[in-house]
Amino acid sequence: MSTDTPAEQDLPGTPRRQAGTRSLWRLRRYLRPYVGALAIMGGTAIVGVFVSLSIPLVTKAIIDGPIADHESGPILPLGLLALALGIAEAALVLVRRWVQARAVLGFETAIRDDLYRHMQALPMEFHGRWQSGQLLSRVTVDLSAIRRFMGFGLLFLVINIIQLSVVTIVLLRMYWPLGLVVAVSAAPIIWLSRRFEARYVVVSRRVQDQQGDVATSVEEAAVGYRVIKSFGRSDYSNENFSRRTQTLFETSMEKVKLSSRFWTFLEIIPNISLVVVLLLGALAVGQQALTPGTLVAFIILMLQLIWPLESLGVILAMAQEAMTAADRVLEIFDTDSAIVGGDRELEDPRGRLRFEHVDFAFPDSDELVLRDVNLELLPGETVAIVGATGSGKTALTGLVPRLYDVSAGRITVDDVDIRDLSLASLRQVVATAFEEPTLFSMSARENIALGRPDASDADIAEAVETAQASFVYDLPWGLATRIGEQGMSLSGGQRQRLALARAVLARPRILVLDDTLSALDVHTEALVEAALKRVLADSTGIVVAHRASTVMLADRVALLQGGTITHAGLHHDLLATVPAYRDLLAGDSEDELVGTDGQVVSS
Amino acid sequence: MTTTRTDPPRNNDTLPAAEDWRGVAAEDSDGMPDKVSLLLKERSRRLLGQLLRPHRRLIGWLLAAVLVENAARLSVPYLVKEGIDTGIPPILDGHGSATLLTIVAIVLVAVVAQAITRLVFLMLAGRLGQEVLLTLRRRMFAHFHKLSPAFHDDYTSGRVISRQTSDIDAINELLEGGFDGLITALLTLVGTAGLLLFLDLKLGLVALLCFPLLLVLTQWFRRESAKAYRRTRETVAIVIVHFVETINGMRAVQAFRREGRNQEIFSHVNEDYRRANYRAFRLVGIFMPGIKLIGNVTIAVVLIYGAHLTFNGEVTVGVLAAFLLYLRQFFEPMQEISQFYNTFQSASAALEKLSGVLEEEPSVPEPKEPVRLRHAAGALGLEHVGFSYVAGRPVFPDLSMQIPAGQTIAVVGTTGAGKTTLAKLVSRFYDPSQGRITLDGVDLRDLSETDLRRAVVMVTQENYLFTGTVADNIRFGKPNASTEEVVDAARTIGAHDFIAHLPDGYETDVANRGGRLSAGQRQLVAFARAFLADPAVLILDEATSSLDVPSERLVQRALRTVLAERTAVIIAHRLSTVAIADRVLVMEHGEVVEDGSPADLIASEAGRYSDLHQAWLASLA
Repeated sequence: MSTDTPAEQDLPGTPRRQAGTRSLWRLRRYLRPYVGALAIMGGTAIVGVFVSLSIPLVTKAIIDGPIADHESGPILPLGLLALALGIAEAALVLVRRWVQARAVLGFETAIRDDLYRHMQALPMEFHGRWQSGQLLSRVTVDLSAIRRFMGFGLLFLVINIIQLSVVTIVLLRMYWPLGLVVAVSAAPIIWLSRRFEARYVVVSRRVQDQQGDVATSVEEAAVGYRVIKSFGRSDYSNENFSRRTQTLFETSMEKVKLSSRFWTFLEIIPNISLVVVLLLGALAVGQQALTPGTLVAFIILMLQLIWPLESLGVILAMAQEAMTAADRVLEIFDTDSAIVGGDRELEDPRGRLRFEHVDFAFPDSDELVLRDVNLELLPGETVAIVGATGSGKTALTGLVPRLYDVSAGRITVDDVDIRDLSLASLRQVVATAFEEPTLFSMSARENIALGRPDASDADIAEAVETAQASFVYDLPWGLATRIGEQGMSLSGGQRQRLALARAVLARPRILVLDDTLSALDVHTEALVEAALKRVLADSTGIVVAHRASTVMLADRVALLQGGTITHAGLHHDLLATVPAYRDLLAGDSEDELVGTDGQVVSS
Repeated sequence: MTTTRTDPPRNNDTLPAAEDWRGVAAEDSDGMPDKVSLLLKERSRRLLGQLLRPHRRLIGWLLAAVLVENAARLSVPYLVKEGIDTGIPPILDGHGSATLLTIVAIVLVAVVAQAITRLVFLMLAGRLGQEVLLTLRRRMFAHFHKLSPAFHDDYTSGRVISRQTSDIDAINELLEGGFDGLITALLTLVGTAGLLLFLDLKLGLVALLCFPLLLVLTQWFRRESAKAYRRTRETVAIVIVHFVETINGMRAVQAFRREGRNQEIFSHVNEDYRRANYRAFRLVGIFMPGIKLIGNVTIAVVLIYGAHLTFNGEVTVGVLAAFLLYLRQFFEPMQEISQFYNTFQSASAALEKLSGVLEEEPSVPEPKEPVRLRHAAGALGLEHVGFSYVAGRPVFPDLSMQIPAGQTIAVVGTTGAGKTTLAKLVSRFYDPSQGRITLDGVDLRDLSETDLRRAVVMVTQENYLFTGTVADNIRFGKPNASTEEVVDAARTIGAHDFIAHLPDGYETDVANRGGRLSAGQRQLVAFARAFLADPAVLILDEATSSLDVPSERLVQRALRTVLAERTAVIIAHRLSTVAIADRVLVMEHGEVVEDGSPADLIASEAGRYSDLHQAWLASLA
């Protein structure tokens, strides 16, 4: 689900791309617990290289020794030596792999844990900006890329380089003219690899981006399926998708062509040098400058170069991927939370809530959503917020638990600026039921007890009753039934009632209800309201209301117009004296029509 | 409060254990018992066949290339042997190097041939892979569109997305990386075995003694890693679900101080995933050194035995050298196979799931010979309609009604009365199990998708906005609409003002600011979209529930004009919407209990509608 849309590049506040190697290096502290393991991995790998290289040398000793000298005695001991070396090599690989599995998986798991922790701490402003797909691809795809490189790629990069240089040295010492041929042939490989890498990075990034586009199409079609179906727009949607997949196909083909050529070159170069070695070597044997055994060993050793060279291409691509991945992961780690708690705790809060000259604009815009909002709620008092669509009601409710911070002015609880309170303390005092309830794929119980995991069954039963949500007991497994996307699906009204139960269960001093009852039928709404009245009797409450019935929950009403509170008072007074208020809450009297500026016009 | 049903035992005074949070759900349909797995393999083989068939010629070339490539590759050690055994003696004997040069020339030809065919192979294999992927992507996407709402209700969007992303990615990974290695390894295996026997039968047989061992080891690994691999897939799925839900529900997470408990749960599922991975890694950690061990022991045995034979003059030095070279070539790709084994496993698991989806038939199929209905008038008829989601619990026992073209009807009733189901049947999201539903006298099942959707459009409270601008979203109702038409539609239903006030007006990108559009604003956009589509029948299912009173009033005023010429079915629990209806149906337990004009129903003293109306008036205070 990697949705790396190009939009990512113009995300504000994204740190500048760093050198990939540095990003990887910065993740080193996660390897610290595994320093011992790393040492073992490196040690066994290096010893393993030498062991595997010595096997052809034993072969050479047998051919040039016993066979050439016609002396059968040393064959068996030398053969057994080859056997022992072979077993040792396998044992070393076994040890290395087991140690490596523990280390790299521990490394990956620790980073993932920390990333999750960090994301939970980042404010809503961040989450509004980032698509969940982008974050997800970081904890899955990117972390595996880093793990693969750290566990496999990096080690083999080192091993291969060691193996390449050792073999070259051994070859040079065996018979330097031939060794030189081999050493020289390494030059084009290095040159080619670097060139390839540069181009490969560009193409594969493009493939990634376009895969993100395709994924976005898929996601939209899946989530918006019913809309597409209802309007019969399947063909339109299919065409769009076809276009995007076609683009992806073309870029992927570019990538295929590029890597095909590269891999072929990587293979042909050692093969050509093999031809040269065979020619020169045979001639040298002919002139007795070289023994047949040496030539055989030389060629066997040379063949050992092919695999490390070939895999170098794959490993370099892997390295590049890991570096990009590390960059992307660090983008998250480097984002600091703009909303941090203070150090004050509220002991025994009373619940006096005050908005003082509050201005608010969303972090990425200059447009004020709220302007100079002043409102005071006494402990135990409930105020209804009434306003037209888009007047800033929901923004107002988000400010109290500091999902967003005010742009100017301040909000106090018991006369303490909420920014001075620890987040835990503040959010213990305030609980919110949102208009669009979020349910998680967990048991109904866990969903209700979201804010109070230690709630007893009696507490839950009480909250469930208040919210008229006793349908949960009739689910197939009662409270243990999994609900949400991966479980039982619930209707809009049922979801709202669960979200309400959740807020009530948190037993906050300040309860914020953001038009929580919109999806309930009249009958249920009346029951919920009666129960809520009891709860609100001893909490401070902010109730966002669209309907007169909801307003009745409140002691007072504040009318929000264009981001500021224009009127406050009793429902009946406002109804009588403020036309705009009447317009918002009165039933549909047919003789009144509303002008665009919110004024009532009589027809 | 009484607890019904059986709850799992749980102590009141303890925190719920970390594993309990997920709750219980019906059997996960992603897991599969072994009995079915044969069938699944069969099914995915069939899909693979369908995908590959159009590329038969390409595959032919591919095979030719890979055969030549491997023949060339395998010939090199043999030619080296020839070089040593027949090329060197003439030089030593002073007969010149002609033989050697000939052999070297042949080696050169072989090497060049290998390179060319390899390039061809890689390109063709890459092309084949990408073509297959393209077809598969498009087929899956179109198929999900074709499948009925009932399927989507059960399958959930999350699964639909993961089929088309992570499963396709798994196949992509195999096609990109593993395919080439797999084929090369197989050919090398067979080719080398043949060559070894050809070079020297006795020595060859000794070398091939390792075969049964390899087979046993590979079988064991295949079996175990399949299990281990499935476990990693399962655990990573939970990690992903939990992660995505946390991110999407961040508002609730933060507002309810859920971070601690979430971290606990995440660490737990993360650890499960780590453990599953660890198990899989350890299997590879046994398999790879195992192959190496068998390989090295074989080489040592061949070396000892071969040296004896050479010593006795039964084989030449060249043959021994060739043997050792071939054995190396023999074992190296084996390592590669295990390297890509996981890729292979996940790709085949993915293919199984995809083939499963592709074999799903839409429960609401398009007719083979549709009745044409270019311009529907909009008369709806329900004739003895029966329907149930769960067998034995009918939503409608036997429902009949006629809605003349142009009439606006309101459907009211308590939760569970079947109002929404009625809407879904009329818009053919589901088909009735008995009876029939007709549009202008034609059974909905006989209409083509195009004609049906042009005539009938449903707006629900689910107001999904697609990425793109506000105008794009409205234009979704009629893709070729001009800007004027879009603005007109928005103006008609009263959405123009708020849209004009957005930062870029109609060109505001909803993806960046979509979160900022309130539920009511999204609903207005959805309305504009529906009006632009201009259907003969409009179904509104709680479509005004998120609107505030003034917006609702605007929408209603618009509805009066908009609905004048068309049939409308309005479902609402707010009776304010009902006022504009020509006719009201009160439903209870899937039956129409009252039917009449709003005024008549209010007038009837003891009627249910008149009760509802009273309650509603009271709620307005």
